[in-house]
Amino acid sequence: MRRRPNYLAGAGSLFWLLLVGLPLYVMLSATLRTRQDYAENGPVSFPDSFTLDNFTGAFDSGFGQYFFNTLVVTASVIGIVLLLVPPLAYAIVRSRGRTTSAIFRLFLLGLAIPAQAVIVPMFYLISEAGLYDNLLGVILPTAAFCLPMSALILSGAMRDISAELYEAMAMDGASPRRMFFQLVLPLSRGGLSTIVVFSALQAWNGFLFPLVLTQSESTKVVTLGLYNFQTAHGIDIPGLLGAVVLSMVPILLVYLFARRALVQGLMGAGGK
Amino acid sequence: MTTQITSARPAAGPRKGSRRRPPASSATQVGRPGFAWALPAAVFFALFAIVPLIMVAVLSFMSWDGLSSPEFVGMDNWSRLMDDPVMLKSIWLTLLLTALGVVLQTPLSILLGVWAAGHQRNRAVLSVIYFIPLLLSATAVSVLWRALLDPNFGIPAEATWLFGDGNLFGEQATAIGVLAFVSTWQFTPFHTLIYQGAARAIPPVLYQAAEIDGAGRYRQFFHITLPQLRTSMVTSGILMIVGGLTTFETVLILTQGGPGTDTTISAYYMYDKAFKSFDYGTGSAIALALVVAATIISLIVVRVSGYDKMRGSAEGVS
Repeated sequence: MRRRPNYLAGAGSLFWLLLVGLPLYVMLSATLRTRQDYAENGPVSFPDSFTLDNFTGAFDSGFGQYFFNTLVVTASVIGIVLLLVPPLAYAIVRSRGRTTSAIFRLFLLGLAIPAQAVIVPMFYLISEAGLYDNLLGVILPTAAFCLPMSALILSGAMRDISAELYEAMAMDGASPRRMFFQLVLPLSRGGLSTIVVFSALQAWNGFLFPLVLTQSESTKVVTLGLYNFQTAHGIDIPGLLGAVVLSMVPILLVYLFARRALVQGLMGAGGK
Repeated sequence: MTTQITSARPAAGPRKGSRRRPPASSATQVGRPGFAWALPAAVFFALFAIVPLIMVAVLSFMSWDGLSSPEFVGMDNWSRLMDDPVMLKSIWLTLLLTALGVVLQTPLSILLGVWAAGHQRNRAVLSVIYFIPLLLSATAVSVLWRALLDPNFGIPAEATWLFGDGNLFGEQATAIGVLAFVSTWQFTPFHTLIYQGAARAIPPVLYQAAEIDGAGRYRQFFHITLPQLRTSMVTSGILMIVGGLTTFETVLILTQGGPGTDTTISAYYMYDKAFKSFDYGTGSAIALALVVAATIISLIVVRVSGYDKMRGSAEGVS
C-alpha cells in the first residue's frame, strides 16, 4: 500500500547511517594502521599502513587475562541464573500460594533497583565476606541483578504453555517436579535462550561492580581493562581502539549466529 | 495459602484463584509447585539486593571512612548535602541530561523505528549497521568516543572549522553536549527497536482505510502512526528517564565530572563521595535519593505498562 518513497524518513535514516558509520569506520581503520600513520594523517583519512600490532599490543598489556576473567564471570553468572530462575519462574506461573505472590512482587520491585544504589553497602558486604578483589565477589552481585529481568522474561515465556498440557499431565498423576522437567523446561527453550543472552550481556558489559569490588591485574575484567588502558595510554588511540574492537568480538559473534535471542536479550537489558 | 505439593485438595472451596476457570476440575488443583521452588532465587536476591538496599538507608545516617567502624551521626550527612552547592548542581545537571536525552532520542528513534519497520530488503541490511552501537558496552562506547573526540588526535582537531579549538571537554556547554550526544548514539538503537516492533504491530487496515479516504503520508503518520505508538512512547520514555538518572560510566570515562564539577551528575557524585573521598555515609545518602527517584518512576512504569496485571490472564495468584 505505501509505494511512494518516504523522503523524510529516508533522510533521517541516512543521517543515522552516517552518524553510526563514520565512528565505526574510524575505529576499524585506526585499529589496522600504525600509531604514527594515525597521528600524521588524522582519524578520517584513508590508512596508508597496515598492521595488527594494535591487537597484539592489547594482549601484551594484559587483555588475554582480562578476557579469561570476563569469561569466568560470564559463565558463572549464566550458571547461577539458569539454576535459580527456571524454578522461580515455574513457581510464579503455576503456584497459587500467597508466599509466591509476595516473592513475585519482590522481584518486580527489584527491577527498580539500580546497581549504583547498592554499591556502597555491596562494597562493605563483599569486603566483610572476604571476597574483595575476588572474581566471586563480582559474580554474586552481578548474577543477583540479572534475576528480576530474567524472571520476568522467563515467566512470560512459561505463561504461553497451555493449561491443557498441565491438566493432561496432572491426570496422569505427574508431580510438579515431573511437569517441570518434562513439560515446562522443554517448552520454554526460547525464553531460556533469551535469559542466557541477557545475563551474558550483563556480565560481559558489567562495569560498576568490577570497578568497585576488584583492584588487581589478576581479577580485572575487559571493561575495566578498557577504562584503565584509556587512563594509562590515552594517547595511543589506535591501541585503545584495538582493545575496544576486541572487546566487542564475542558479542558480534553472538549477533551473527543468534540474532533473535540477542535482540530479545538486549530488549531485556534496556529495561534495566 | 501454601499449597502442599502432595496433598490433593479435597473438593476445593470457592477460591479467588479458581474463579476464572468455572468448572474447577480436580486436575487444576493437584500438581502445583509450592513456594519452595521460588525460595532459592528469593533468598539469593534478598541477600545481594534487598539487604544492601536496607543497608544503604542505614548507612546514610552514619559516618564511615571504610577503615574504622561506621558511627551513627543522625541527619548530619543529609543536612550537609542540602547545603552542598555541588549536590544541588548535580541534581540540575542530572535532570538536564535526562531531559536532553529524551528530547534528542525520542523523535530520532520514532523516525528510525517507523522507517525500519518497513519490509524492504535494503532496510533490513541497513538495520544491521544501525544497531551496532547496541553491541558495545557503555564502557566501550565511552572509551571509543573519548578517543574519537580527543582534543589533539581526534576528529575535532581535524575539523576546527566546526569545533573551534577542538577541546570539547574544556567548557561546560560543550561537555554536556558531548555527554548528551554519546548517550543518544548509544541508546537510540534500543529505542528504535521498541518503535520498530510497535510500528509493525499497527494493523495495515488502518492505513488502507486512510488511503481510501485520501489521507496523504504525513496525515497518516500524524493521525495513525503516532497515536498508535503512544504506549511505546510511554515505555520508552520512562526507560530513558531511568537510564538518564543512573548514567555513570559515560561521565566517569568522558569527562570525570569536569571541567571542575560542571558535569558532575548525581550518580557520579555518589561514586566520587564514596570511593574517591571515602565518605561512604554521604555517598549512601545520595544513593538513597537516587533509589527513591528511580522507584517512583518505576512504579509509574509498572502502572502504565501493566506489568502488575500480567499475571491476570494466565493464572490467578491474587
